[in-house]
Amino acid sequence: MQIKDHLREEQAFLGRAIIAGLLVILSLGLLLARLAQLQIVEHDHFTTLSKDNRVKLIPLPPTRGLVYDRKGVLLAQNRPAYSLELVPEQVKDIDATLQRLRQYIPISEDDLERFQRLKQRKRRFDSVPIRVNLDLEEAARFAVVRHLFPGVDIKAQLLRHYTSGTAAAHVLGYVGRISKKDLESIDPSNYAGTSHIGKTGLEKSYEALLHGAVGVQQVEVNSVGRIVRVLEETPPLPGQDLHLNLDIDLQKIALEALGDHNGAVVAIDPRTGGVLVLASKPGYDPNLFVEGVSSKAYKALREDRDRPLYDRALRGQYPPGSTVKPFIGLAGLETGTIRYDTSIYCPGYYQLLGHEHKYRDWKKWGHGPVDLDKAITQSCDVYYYKLAHDMGIDAMSGFLAQFGFGQRTGIDLTGESRGILPSREWKRRTKRQPWYPGETVIAGIGQGYFLTTPLQLATATAAIANNGHLMTPHVVAYLEDRQSHARSPIPPNQKTIPIHEQADWDDVRTAMSHVVKGLHGTAKRIRTDFYAIAGKTGTAQVFSVGQEEEYEAENASKKNRDHALFIAYAPIEDPQIAIAVVVENGGHGGSAAAPVARKVMDAYLLPRLYGDAADGLVDRKGGGTSS
Amino acid sequence: MRLSGPDLGDLTPTDPNRRLGVLARIHLDLPLLTGLVLVATFGLVVLYSASGQDMAQVERQLLRFGLAFGIMFGVAQIRPEQLSRWSPWLYLIGTLMLVGVLAFGDIGKGAQRWLDLGVIRFQPSEMVKLAVPMMIAWYLADKPLPPSWSRLGLAAALIIVPVLLIAKQPDLGTSLLVASAGIFVLFLAGISWRPILGLLTLAGAAAPVAWYLMRDYQKQRVLTFLGPEKDPLGAGYHIIQSKIAIGSGGIWGKGWLNGTQSQLDFLPERHTDFIFAVLSEEFGLVGVSLLLALYLFVILRGLYIASRAQDTYGRLLAGSLTLVFFVYLFVNVGMVSGLLPVVGVPLPLVSYGGTSLVTLMTGFGMLMSIHTHRKLLPR
Repeated sequence: MQIKDHLREEQAFLGRAIIAGLLVILSLGLLLARLAQLQIVEHDHFTTLSKDNRVKLIPLPPTRGLVYDRKGVLLAQNRPAYSLELVPEQVKDIDATLQRLRQYIPISEDDLERFQRLKQRKRRFDSVPIRVNLDLEEAARFAVVRHLFPGVDIKAQLLRHYTSGTAAAHVLGYVGRISKKDLESIDPSNYAGTSHIGKTGLEKSYEALLHGAVGVQQVEVNSVGRIVRVLEETPPLPGQDLHLNLDIDLQKIALEALGDHNGAVVAIDPRTGGVLVLASKPGYDPNLFVEGVSSKAYKALREDRDRPLYDRALRGQYPPGSTVKPFIGLAGLETGTIRYDTSIYCPGYYQLLGHEHKYRDWKKWGHGPVDLDKAITQSCDVYYYKLAHDMGIDAMSGFLAQFGFGQRTGIDLTGESRGILPSREWKRRTKRQPWYPGETVIAGIGQGYFLTTPLQLATATAAIANNGHLMTPHVVAYLEDRQSHARSPIPPNQKTIPIHEQADWDDVRTAMSHVVKGLHGTAKRIRTDFYAIAGKTGTAQVFSVGQEEEYEAENASKKNRDHALFIAYAPIEDPQIAIAVVVENGGHGGSAAAPVARKVMDAYLLPRLYGDAADGLVDRKGGGTSS
Repeated sequence: MRLSGPDLGDLTPTDPNRRLGVLARIHLDLPLLTGLVLVATFGLVVLYSASGQDMAQVERQLLRFGLAFGIMFGVAQIRPEQLSRWSPWLYLIGTLMLVGVLAFGDIGKGAQRWLDLGVIRFQPSEMVKLAVPMMIAWYLADKPLPPSWSRLGLAAALIIVPVLLIAKQPDLGTSLLVASAGIFVLFLAGISWRPILGLLTLAGAAAPVAWYLMRDYQKQRVLTFLGPEKDPLGAGYHIIQSKIAIGSGGIWGKGWLNGTQSQLDFLPERHTDFIFAVLSEEFGLVGVSLLLALYLFVILRGLYIASRAQDTYGRLLAGSLTLVFFVYLFVNVGMVSGLLPVVGVPLPLVSYGGTSLVTLMTGFGMLMSIHTHRKLLPR
């Protein structure tokens, strides 16, 4: 152990301090040399630059691309708006100024709150909006007294406006003021002069294309800095316009058809993967967010029990219930577990060998003898309990994975959920537990761990309709350049599901057609003479029913009622639309969800199949006669 | 002012407090105080011009100076032994607060990195700027110097933890300052040259890794530094305009309030990070030399105080704080004159703003405490 030698330490420190001092002097000498280089050697050069520095660069923000639906209806536009703004640095007493301003222009508490919030975020010499969307009269009233308010001024800018309001809120998303976090992921120069950026939905996923490129104006200023003339201008490159596959009228029809229920409707063109409808109910008004939503309004939206901000179509994860039966039936056929005419006896329940537990059928007294056609048409659960058990979870989830279950579809929107395709591997990975045979049984009717999004269901249905082409769904059909009007289409993207036996696919599609047109089909009430529909109903349990209890839809309180599901495509011989409907707490798929699908398909198909004569048809048939 | 001398070890047997007069009795060091006040005054003169002759802004800055000098005065009253005792606790609290900022800071999108104290705002990372050199000095002062390899390793770890926490915020400028504060203590503690050279080599090798870890906007800054003309609308514009301002100032400058670059709004951030360019334009090389001379005086006085300190803790802390002050100066002037990439480091005591001011003046308060609390015990 050493003893501290103070004198020696002091000497050592002194040595280091001298070295540090010398380095400091040396570094300052270096700085001075650099400054001398700029101020003496290159002085003339910089003087010239400085004298010529009458030229200022002003960023010209590009105008944001517009969004149109498939028929050319404008969904997102840019509207000129006046806002009242204040530069904190130039105002001595901000509170007093705001109070005085109120004599001329109404300023609400929400406005004040937003002002305070934005003021925190910005630098003192940045201008902060007090009021937005002034009407012309208000703007004129302020113009008269403007000289009384140094540091306060009116600014004109283009503001985003969504014409369809709540109807397409989740798909379109919204723009909001650029936050610190946004700044980390963008090139700040390109956003010089831009105040808003896409926060959710298409506005976010297509941000780079919608925004465009910033322009620069070189202006000459006089000795007091006022602009004398514009020397040179690189105009901004406006953002590209988005033309969607989405049909806003169809979307509204879908939302209306859901009635009082929450839920989601997704419709896809099976030939291209183009998304015709991507509806989630309830919605919200995206226009609220453009100028910054007040925290009170935001809190109300967030705490709303119906969760309007939540995109059910993209993120909602529901047990697929019986809608998964055509897929599992196809799996049974293609893996050779069953044949189309394999018949079993359904006594109303199913038991695993050596187990007491009864897996019950929805039909208490059973379906009797059942083959695959009947199992799909009448949605026999026992048939599927047995099929799933015979096939085994590995073969089943392996086959279903080809339809995209448990994976993101790759739609051109951010934030979609994966859902869950139960498998041995999945359970080991997430729950660290082995797989139990009983779990295979309930997976066979789309219950248990099984979760799908409405978008996944529609995509998978489209793949059945178009004979094994899993099309990546996309909302945008093509981009259009504002100046050259050149269109760049989004090419369809697909994965092909290998077909083992073509007859298997044809058989499953036939069974799905019987769901609607068969005498005992669970969706027979949406049958129509004008085109042929193939579909499958489903009911997803919200809460589990005990072993000896019975589920009675009528008595269950609304929140506990089952979710009603329906998948379909039409027309059968030339599928043009594939659809998935989820009606939350709707009860039965056949009565609650199928009519919604029918209304959407009518609205989409009748004009295409019958042209102008379609109007009369819709009226007469009433777009689905059932309740 | 003498840095060295053979007579440093022996103190005259008179009371240093009485010898140094009334200021020393209230624990202020006259030369250091004079240097600081001169720099601050020069700064206010430049600020008046840089703010576009906005007296309100100058008043606000004056208020901050008042507050900062008050804090300095208060800190100067605390005995160095007390500072030493607090060191590990300050370090612990500071580091925990950094963890807190990382864990909860996201809620307010960065707004919660700050504590609002009215006139000034406070960041945990500012506190760590002081706590790290205090901690390292406290740790090393305990045992004979130079430190053993194992103690050196632990000291390095004590530096790295808060530095990484700050770098993750992400605040590259501050994390560099904190790292340098710690490294200066090690250097002054007399560690051999081998680890120093090793560290420099490591830093060189770490550059590509750092590039990989950097955020886009940080990469942008480096790219802009390498080729400012490529981004004339963004950060490159700052450097181009700032070089024009400095260069066109010449030897004598364009005169106070007459800098065209500054007054006509060509120079961005001209009252904060780029205020040195305003000074260069309006006061020329002469004004710049004067300011640098004032800074040099403050730094040398700081090193002198360090070398006269009576214990290892005081020596290491005073030396490190002084050298960090120099780093502020060097990085800011280097950045404004285009020698270094744009890092958000203010010109100490001159740039508009209160956060770094309070930290710096607290540090100077510690220097004054160390210098004026000396005992006349012969060791």
